[in-house]
Amino acid sequence: MAKQYVSTTINGETTEFLCETQQTMLDVLRDVIGLTGAKEGCASGDCGACSIQVDGRLVCSCLMLGVEAAGKEIITVEGVARGDHLHPIQQKFLEHAALQCGFCTPGLIVAVKALLEENDNPTETEARYWLAGNLCRCTGYDKIIRAVMDAAAVIREEKASA
Amino acid sequence: MNYIDSNLKVVGTRPLRPDGVDKVTGRAMYSADTRVAGMLWGKILRSPHAHARIVKIDTSKAEALKGVYAVCSAADFPDIPSEEAFVGEGPMNFRDLAMNVMARGKALYEGHAIAAVAASTPAIADEALALIDVTYEILPHVIDVEAAMAETAPLLHADMFTQGVDPKPTKPSNIAKVVKFKKGDIDAGFKDAEVIVEGRYTTQPVHQAYIEPHACLATCAADGQVTIHASSQGHFMIRAYTAKLLGMEMANIRVNPAEIGGGFGGKTLIYIEPVAVKLAQKSGKPVKIQMTREDVFRGTGPTSGAVVEVKLGAKKDGTIVAAQQVLKFQAGAFAGSPIGPGCMCGFALYDIENIDVLGYDVVSNRPKVAAYRAPGAPITSFGVESCLDDLALKLGIDPLTLRVKNAAKNGTKTHYGPTHANIGFEQVLAVAAAHPHWNAPLPAGQGRGIACGFWFNIGGESTATVHINEDGSVTVATGSPDIGGSRASMGMMVAEVLGVPAERVRATIADTASIGFTHLTGGSRVTFATGMAATQAAEKVVDELKKRAAMIWEITPDAVEWRDGQAFPAGTNAGAFEPLDLATLALKAARTGGPVNAEVSVNAQGAGAGFGAHICDVSVDKETGHVTIERYTAIQDVGKAIHPSYVEGQIQGGAAQGIGWALSEEYIYNDKGQMENPGFLDYRCPVASDVPMIEAVLVEVPNPRHPFGVRGVGEVPIVPPMAAIANAIRGATNLRMPNLPISPPRLRAAIDQAG
Repeated sequence: MAKQYVSTTINGETTEFLCETQQTMLDVLRDVIGLTGAKEGCASGDCGACSIQVDGRLVCSCLMLGVEAAGKEIITVEGVARGDHLHPIQQKFLEHAALQCGFCTPGLIVAVKALLEENDNPTETEARYWLAGNLCRCTGYDKIIRAVMDAAAVIREEKASA
Repeated sequence: MNYIDSNLKVVGTRPLRPDGVDKVTGRAMYSADTRVAGMLWGKILRSPHAHARIVKIDTSKAEALKGVYAVCSAADFPDIPSEEAFVGEGPMNFRDLAMNVMARGKALYEGHAIAAVAASTPAIADEALALIDVTYEILPHVIDVEAAMAETAPLLHADMFTQGVDPKPTKPSNIAKVVKFKKGDIDAGFKDAEVIVEGRYTTQPVHQAYIEPHACLATCAADGQVTIHASSQGHFMIRAYTAKLLGMEMANIRVNPAEIGGGFGGKTLIYIEPVAVKLAQKSGKPVKIQMTREDVFRGTGPTSGAVVEVKLGAKKDGTIVAAQQVLKFQAGAFAGSPIGPGCMCGFALYDIENIDVLGYDVVSNRPKVAAYRAPGAPITSFGVESCLDDLALKLGIDPLTLRVKNAAKNGTKTHYGPTHANIGFEQVLAVAAAHPHWNAPLPAGQGRGIACGFWFNIGGESTATVHINEDGSVTVATGSPDIGGSRASMGMMVAEVLGVPAERVRATIADTASIGFTHLTGGSRVTFATGMAATQAAEKVVDELKKRAAMIWEITPDAVEWRDGQAFPAGTNAGAFEPLDLATLALKAARTGGPVNAEVSVNAQGAGAGFGAHICDVSVDKETGHVTIERYTAIQDVGKAIHPSYVEGQIQGGAAQGIGWALSEEYIYNDKGQMENPGFLDYRCPVASDVPMIEAVLVEVPNPRHPFGVRGVGEVPIVPPMAAIANAIRGATNLRMPNLPISPPRLRAAIDQAG
């Protein structure tokens, strides 16, 4: 079958690609475009390692077709840092040692970004339920939740002083 | 040198990990992240049957499909003779490993690899798999461990005769091995006992459930040189096993360690690498194999499920005088469950005069088990620590006090031989007793449980090199894959010895052709053993730097002192010179003898055993049987925490895995022996909303056999949770739940039955 032409925006850059109709957005990112930050942990939407934002919404890219990216704004983990500076979420993940193997980290960073864009002052329970779709097998989530709460505080301060 | 009582500047602090930025920005490269031009996609056909004779494999249609470049099955691999090797956390027989990588003659479990293809796209590879025509003769199967032990059970291996029984059996059996340990006189012990309790406990196999599925990329040059790019707990292990299974020389295989996305013991053996190499050899193109999550569940090893029988006898004052255990461990389709450590670890925590342990290693039609964090210990301790709780109740003694009374100490002789030395169990229990959690009033309706755990920890062979770069910055390379932040601890130990900030030292993992042999990352050995090698390499570099300074100053090396990253004249007699720092010495290196670096290989001995105590509060929803963990505290002797955050992380992560093991994780089989829940939706690992904050309390009883006092920390924390939770549930419901997982339907049924 002929490949489909797709024009989209990925991490702020206009991006064009060709993909098979059955290819998932995760496959497109990893195998067509070469953005391997999003990971495949399950390919069934259960682990969240492939999390991306599509027009701001948190999506498992393994559950989205590549052709569905047409005309959308896609953010992947590679687009989270602000130029040379880490995003506060990334910085707090490092400071709190909120990662061990780091495999779930890209998905978590994107999921936390989506959370804090919607609610910059989540309770611990809200953060835990928001992140219930992102499996981490290493950390027991303790340090991740601490990093999220701390990043939220930084983001609130940034907004207050802006 | 020994730094245990030194004034440390780097060790014990919490710098950012050297590989951190790569991992929060998506730049870190894991096993599936590498691709090369012209690469093919390899896929593996797996048996749909739990037990079947492979009558015929017809690959002609698959081979004829456009885009298919190679197909292989067992016929393409050498027949490997039986050869036992001990590798890290358990025994390994290379014949079994070869037959696990590609089924030969029989499929022994649903998910057993039967054949493989390499094609230009994943879709074509899938299509090709569907075109492979396998004729099976379906055989009766057995899943349950006790059913597999029955004389009438379907036999997996006609040549398996139970080891460890005298006389040698004349009939084959699914019982691969019987293990026995005895101390004192068990009958006299029970006769002497005033109170006896016993229980029968069962645990389910649980998967390590690392989030990164196994993946590898193999390339094969025309001269036979093979390069494998893969993540694992040991790239030297991949090299050795792949060479063995393909009949190659190790020097012809180079393994590049990709970042590893979790292992927990599950990546201490190989599944796909020889297959990728074979397909690359046959096709002449690079081949990548990437498992699906379903492949991981069906085709790779969980740890054993088991039946654990425990009987304890005590005096009225709480002195335990007799302890007996019978353990039946599922090994999966090939011998090699962690029955040995299972028989050792349960009673290793206590000073008991009379002990008797009997263990069985049993094969059944399930995936071959792999190591999982303190292999065997969580299973045996679930039984022992649950039974201890019942004993405490019967004696009317506080469960922590009962453990304190019977705790193993330095000089306690274990039932499996060694005498405990330099252990910190009593200190752990003292911290538990004084901890606010243990002393907090228990909210109404909740239950509180405590349980303890032990793991040996290991040392072994490691290599590290320390390089002073031309500008005076430092690189440390080791052969140990970094599974949870070990780069940070390597860099910190080196920085401490060199007297420079942690940020000056970059830590890397070198491939199999670039550093000396290093045993795999397992047994909680890396910070201990590889850390010892890195420390010694840094010390050699310091000696060399002192020589260089002495040369520049034209004095003797012993007249040079090294501190804070600089060479100083040692006292006024040595002369008056301005100190020389690393950058200056590096600049002058060419004129003083060339590059400054050192490589050290060790076979580290004296890994200090680890002990932990976990306290947990639960509430139980009596309508649904759902258990909420309200509060959780994990106390552990860690020797010395090099980077306390990552030590806490090990403890928190281990405890969370234990929570899953206790409450939700299990393999569900249908009557055909097929796994019904091979995905993260139905195989239920804890998610963020299932667990509370987990307070990790570090007790530091230094291990005198390590320069900084390190003992392994990664495995102990998965040992206590199951019993701690079951004991808390007993507190909340008055029900002893002896069967894992204590899932809502199971607990609800028990509550209903109790009325």
